[in-house]
Amino acid sequence: MDWYPLYNSLRIAAISTVAVFFLGLFFAYYIAKLPSLLKGALDVVLTLPLVLPPTVVGWLLLLLLGPKHPFGAWLWSVFGVRLVMTWWSAVFATVAVSFPLMYRTSRGAFESFDSTLSDAGKTLGLSNSYIFWRIQLPCCRQGILAGMVLAFARALGEYGATSMVAGYTPGRTATISTTVYQLWRTNDDAGALRWVLVNIFISAVFLLAVNLLESGKNGARKGGAAV
Amino acid sequence: MTLSVDIRRQLGNFHLDVRLEAGAEPLALLGASGCGKSVTLQCIAGILRPDEGHIELDGQTLFDSASGVNLPPQRRNVGYLFQQYALFPNMTVRQNIAVAIRDRQARRRTAEELLLRFRLADAADKRPRQLSGGQQQRTALARILASQPKAILLDEPFSALDSYLKYQLELELQDMLRGFPGPVIWVSHDRGEVWRNCPRVCVIARGRSEPVVPMEQLFRDPGTEPAARLSGCKNYVSVLPDGETVRIPDWNIRLHCGRTVPEDVKTAGIRSHHVEIAAGAGENCFACSVDRVIDDVFGAIVLLRPDGAVPGAPLLRMELSKEAWAAQGGPARLSVRIAPEHLLLLR
Repeated sequence: MDWYPLYNSLRIAAISTVAVFFLGLFFAYYIAKLPSLLKGALDVVLTLPLVLPPTVVGWLLLLLLGPKHPFGAWLWSVFGVRLVMTWWSAVFATVAVSFPLMYRTSRGAFESFDSTLSDAGKTLGLSNSYIFWRIQLPCCRQGILAGMVLAFARALGEYGATSMVAGYTPGRTATISTTVYQLWRTNDDAGALRWVLVNIFISAVFLLAVNLLESGKNGARKGGAAV
Repeated sequence: MTLSVDIRRQLGNFHLDVRLEAGAEPLALLGASGCGKSVTLQCIAGILRPDEGHIELDGQTLFDSASGVNLPPQRRNVGYLFQQYALFPNMTVRQNIAVAIRDRQARRRTAEELLLRFRLADAADKRPRQLSGGQQQRTALARILASQPKAILLDEPFSALDSYLKYQLELELQDMLRGFPGPVIWVSHDRGEVWRNCPRVCVIARGRSEPVVPMEQLFRDPGTEPAARLSGCKNYVSVLPDGETVRIPDWNIRLHCGRTVPEDVKTAGIRSHHVEIAAGAGENCFACSVDRVIDDVFGAIVLLRPDGAVPGAPLLRMELSKEAWAAQGGPARLSVRIAPEHLLLLR
């Protein structure tokens, strides 16, 4: 059995989770501070990829990155870089669909953060970046970790947008989800079943992780209430 | 070392206009809730930006709208004791104190010194939520002193505590502030708390500050009705100035004040325990009927209706000890006296 699709799926999901971690935190941090009207409008735009059909997201990505469209064509002519149909093209797709999960959970965590803690830090002379990384982030870590796990799981299972921007080339752009589709299309049910079992196993492990994080959060809340 | 503040800030319908100066002795900022006390502290600390004005501490300009100076909180050297202390929940007591020490080389040694001085050595490795109320307050104060502030702001330090714990923490806070050389502003709505701890007071009512006065003056001659209310005075009645007397149309009486009454006096305040039981007729004596008697914890509250009272006139509230009231034998009518010097003349 060729394990390339598993390896490719995991590295795409891992890279996209790291990217989404920083992107999600950045937007969550600044949007949590905005007035409610602007916040509502930006929220809709940033959450849209979560509810749009993946094929719509894929089509929009091709519009931006595709070699026949202005930006993609310019990159190809100037740098000789092609953004689609490579293994890492799938990262664009997984980032787009998993970003809202990270953004929304961490924004919720930031909004419930007690802002007097950062005020206190400032009056004590701590820098804004120290307050963010060493006080605000640790206080919000449950929500942020949950967001990362969800974003990783979503990236791992991405099919629609990925198949449009990265295609299916065995040994190059194949992921678990595109492989299952390809094997089913070519009537290889036994092959499809193997990958389905692998996928179910990985997903179950991640749901377990989410549940553990959730129960950890509840435990912390109970502990806090008891004091 | 002085802290001088002269700021204005508009927030919706709320207009803040505060002028005050604090020296080496603690200054009380006394006001009802929602009057702008906390906003004032946040402006001084640099958490909020005033629309215009000037803030200066120890000769250094912290904020000046005319010249565009607005130092960030980190560079103001103003310690801020938050209502709930705002200890960092992800750090131990030792870490909470150590992060505030600016001199990195002396960090460990200074932290240990502060832990000992504030009796926190046993709690050094605990998280804030594992601490008692007293330990939390000591940690917050140690952390503030660790940052070597030039001034300290206390935002209703005992607002959420029961009275016994409050009393203990007040003693501890007194001890710890005693050695602090800079200005201290103590925000409160509790007249007893500020009377015990602050020689001078600034009253804020609906966003506006009144001139800073010695604490004793707030109780002897508060000057305005909001200040009188905050000093605990409970009886108010409209008056018409007339030479050295005031006419009280609501009660149909005239009272001597022992001094010329300014023309702009509109209200008289009478403290409940300044209403005396009179032997008979005399200066500032008048007859009342007893409307109601309320049994209080350590005394009796008697509500009196002056004989000349028009319909809708306020009742006069008198407070006296249980024994003094029992000695009267539960009368239906009573003659009372208000000494001229006890009539608070309010603009």
